[in-house]
Amino acid sequence: MASITRRKFLAATGATAGAIAAQGLFPAVLRAQGSKPLKIGFPLPLTGPFAAIAADQKRGAELAVDELNARGGVMGRKVEVLFRDDELKPATGAQRTKELIEGQGVEFIVGGLAAHVQMAINEQTKKAGKLFISISQSDEISAKPDTSPITFHEALNPTITGRVVGGWAMKNLGRKYWIVYADYAWGKQNNAVFSDVITKGGGTVLGSTPYPLGKPEFSAHLPKIQAAKPEVLVGAVPGADGVAFLKQVASFGMKKEMKLVMPLHFLFLTKEGGADVFSDVYAGTSFYWELAGTNANAKKFVDASMKKFGVPPDGYAGYGYSGILEVARGVELAKSTNSEAVAKALRANPTYDHYKGKQFWRGCDNKSFQDMWILKGRAPAQVKGDWGYFDIVTKVAADERNERTCAEKGHV
Amino acid sequence: MPDLSLTAIAAQLFTGLVLGGILVLLAIGLSLIFGLMGVVNFAHGSLYMLGAYFGFFLWGFTRSYWAALLLAPLIVGVIGVLVERSMIRRLYGRGPDDPLLLTFGLSLALVEAAKLVWGKIGLTLDPPAQLAGAVDLGFMKFPAFRLFVIAVTTLVLVGLWLFLEKTNVGLIVRAGTRDPLMVRALGINLDRVWLLVFGVGTAMAGLAGILAGPLRGVYAEMGVEIIIECFVVVVVGGMGSLPGAVVAGLLIGEVVSLTSYFAPKLAEIIVFVVMALVLLLRPSGLLGEPGLAE
Amino acid sequence: MRAAYRWIAEHPAVSIVVFFAILPFIVPYKALATQVLVYGLFALGFNLLYGYTGLLSFGHAAYFGLGAYGAGITLAKLGWHSVWMALLIGVAAAGLGGLLVGFFSLRRRGIYFAMLTLAFAQLFYFIAFHMADLTGGDDGLRGIPQLSLGLFGWQLPLGNPLNFHYFALFWVGLAVAALRRILDSPFGTVIAAVRENSDRAQACGYDVVRIKLVAFVFSALLTGLAGALDALRITVVPVEALYWSTSGQAVIMTLLGGAGTFFGPFVGAGTYLVLQDRLGLVMESWPLVIGVLFMAFVLFLPKGIWGTLLARLGPRRAGAPVA
Repeated sequence: MASITRRKFLAATGATAGAIAAQGLFPAVLRAQGSKPLKIGFPLPLTGPFAAIAADQKRGAELAVDELNARGGVMGRKVEVLFRDDELKPATGAQRTKELIEGQGVEFIVGGLAAHVQMAINEQTKKAGKLFISISQSDEISAKPDTSPITFHEALNPTITGRVVGGWAMKNLGRKYWIVYADYAWGKQNNAVFSDVITKGGGTVLGSTPYPLGKPEFSAHLPKIQAAKPEVLVGAVPGADGVAFLKQVASFGMKKEMKLVMPLHFLFLTKEGGADVFSDVYAGTSFYWELAGTNANAKKFVDASMKKFGVPPDGYAGYGYSGILEVARGVELAKSTNSEAVAKALRANPTYDHYKGKQFWRGCDNKSFQDMWILKGRAPAQVKGDWGYFDIVTKVAADERNERTCAEKGHV
Repeated sequence: MPDLSLTAIAAQLFTGLVLGGILVLLAIGLSLIFGLMGVVNFAHGSLYMLGAYFGFFLWGFTRSYWAALLLAPLIVGVIGVLVERSMIRRLYGRGPDDPLLLTFGLSLALVEAAKLVWGKIGLTLDPPAQLAGAVDLGFMKFPAFRLFVIAVTTLVLVGLWLFLEKTNVGLIVRAGTRDPLMVRALGINLDRVWLLVFGVGTAMAGLAGILAGPLRGVYAEMGVEIIIECFVVVVVGGMGSLPGAVVAGLLIGEVVSLTSYFAPKLAEIIVFVVMALVLLLRPSGLLGEPGLAE
Repeated sequence: MRAAYRWIAEHPAVSIVVFFAILPFIVPYKALATQVLVYGLFALGFNLLYGYTGLLSFGHAAYFGLGAYGAGITLAKLGWHSVWMALLIGVAAAGLGGLLVGFFSLRRRGIYFAMLTLAFAQLFYFIAFHMADLTGGDDGLRGIPQLSLGLFGWQLPLGNPLNFHYFALFWVGLAVAALRRILDSPFGTVIAAVRENSDRAQACGYDVVRIKLVAFVFSALLTGLAGALDALRITVVPVEALYWSTSGQAVIMTLLGGAGTFFGPFVGAGTYLVLQDRLGLVMESWPLVIGVLFMAFVLFLPKGIWGTLLARLGPRRAGAPVA
């Protein structure tokens, strides 16, 4: 028999007993490493005029969290998304981001809806060294000087939308155009891009009419537009203004005389305005729930949303969903929550496909390239159920030529 | 440079009348309430918004825009009276800022309350089928509903004028606007008159709302945006002056419309430029009485 | 209790500095304390004009915005990476703005004066919105670097929340001390006279318009400092800084805390901002609560939180310092 001295035996027992006791007394401490939740901050305009679209973003993000946690979280850690109301104001967005980073210790930020708010959020995340995936439309966020190695842009922007929709319209709707646009950044960008696409393609822009945002009165302009006889009328008119615009255009009988095009369709705006307002209007989109019929990931996404919320997801839900999943993917690739490491990992493994088809990050500007679709509003009699407002006309695959080049955006 | 044809300018002038009409309805209410009671009603915009929402609700309920048009302003007027009775009444004698602040808080609360009740998504209020198309005026086509708005505004103004000029109560209101102390000294109970004025003023805001609904859509923030324009109109016309409110409302409506057409960038700022110019040249507004608002 | 109050009333600058020195450790996260500090200063500037001089301005965002843009443009566009220059230029811009607006607006009184101040503020907003090359337009002014403070050869990185907080506190302390001096001086008495009865002060031989203008400029300078600090704090200047909704915030905060009191603006700023921060976590309809709360305050606590406290605890003798 090996000589186990009493001292050694007592020591061993003591140590074991101590360990067992420690387990019992401080189980949280021992299990802590790896079970602290992975927190992602999500500022969005829960109050304000775009609350309905923010609700769409939120639903998408929540579905992503459910999915991640159902498969055990990320690197064994449960994912938690903290939503904060940015009120559609940059100062509030900045403060909420500070609260998320400093007060809540979030390691990443996904979010933003308004262009100016996401800029303010971006200034905070850049300085705090936290990865930010913006899901707001903006040309500047992925260009110098605003962008950074840890600033990613998941959503579309006016350049891409304009080139895709404008390009398709040139091939399919006509060659003589009139553009009505809201006199602020988004409207002006759309006007510039559409005009560019049309003239480069050999078409004509018969006229361009700016109007002050928030004052959708077009009665004086419409007779002139009618008289010029464009084949296509482009309306870069956002939100509620857009609904007013389409109603006035219809009341002048112009829907029968020319084709109507807008940069993007939004399911919830269409529900608000009604099918008769949006019928026969063409526009682009990043996602539409009827894609579930042809794409397995889309079906999974749509089914999950219908089951949990009773409401289908739209473009912004898709961004929210994809944004969160990309953070998770980056962390798992980098095996770290360090923002720079995650950014590098995403750039090194840029392709992904979460809900609608292949997407990829461009290396120079962290811009996501993705498929788009052209939709056409259905007549009220053709609307399917509560949400079937659009026909899918065609898909436009992701293409770098639809965006400015790296050099044009200031990246060397 | 946009089209300088007569048609286009005439069209824009007509549009200006529509906007002006809405502003006049709002401004008269605000001016009446201020002139008679010294209360700056910041919640006026929210009551306008409620007019549109109640209009939507009643239209859904009765399936008749006409019924909604009649009832929504009444409901808003009743709400106005309740607010006056329960809250603003307590603030008399405290100084001019307190009612302004109270109504400011009220406007914040009402916007959120509307969203809680009717949801965050904006609503669609359609004009009745009879007014849905465009009317051919010979030299231009103009949406029928807008003409209707101009007509209703004119009717209401005429009715109001008749009320103020031809009835005893109207006489008291006019006198009370000029010199409340004297009217009281003459033994007239101003409290009931104030109640009536508040009710009428807020009802007009509600009417403006249900008229504006089909034009701009129905959404919770609609009052916030128009209240500032409304204040400008009242100040330009002269606080407490009803003719001033009418003149200023139409003027501002036309100025905004024409600017939107010729120089869209300036459309937001032009109201303030006009106001600043008017105030610097005529201290109490176009038709206001000096000393009324200090 | 009363003795403590009296000490606080007689040493406002020290009291505020001490309170805000501790605040970062009481609130849920430090940046909230700094937000209260900066917006408290904004309300303080507004209060000089409203509570002490009796002039209600609807356009105080103009000086906040001018201060912010002044500081921001210095750092981001002119490339002068000096915190001192940024603050100086911001404050100066705000002061000049105050001089310009005051000169024109003070020709009128009451609601007309208020609306003129609003008109000017909207004019500045319009200019900032459209001069996008200089100000960033509606996307806001970005590109403000996070600087370090150079102090006697020693670098203090202002990116650290606590460092920035104490840096801002230094300036707010100075501003409060300056305000105290103004209010204690003969000028302070004169503006009180103007507030109580402007015509009578005029009859007594004072050049009331000039006095109001001086108060206006002082108010603009203090507000401008708040704006400049905020630009450094969030390293971005949104164009909304000049919008009437920002002016409204100063009014709400001042009235919530107690107009015409020294600490009222800070109390009001703290109440409003903490409520906004914390309530928003619990409910999406938090503006409803703020609106109702505000109404309740006007109805039942018209002197504001601090003002009401003051009335209960305050000194009973005439001529005593009022906090």
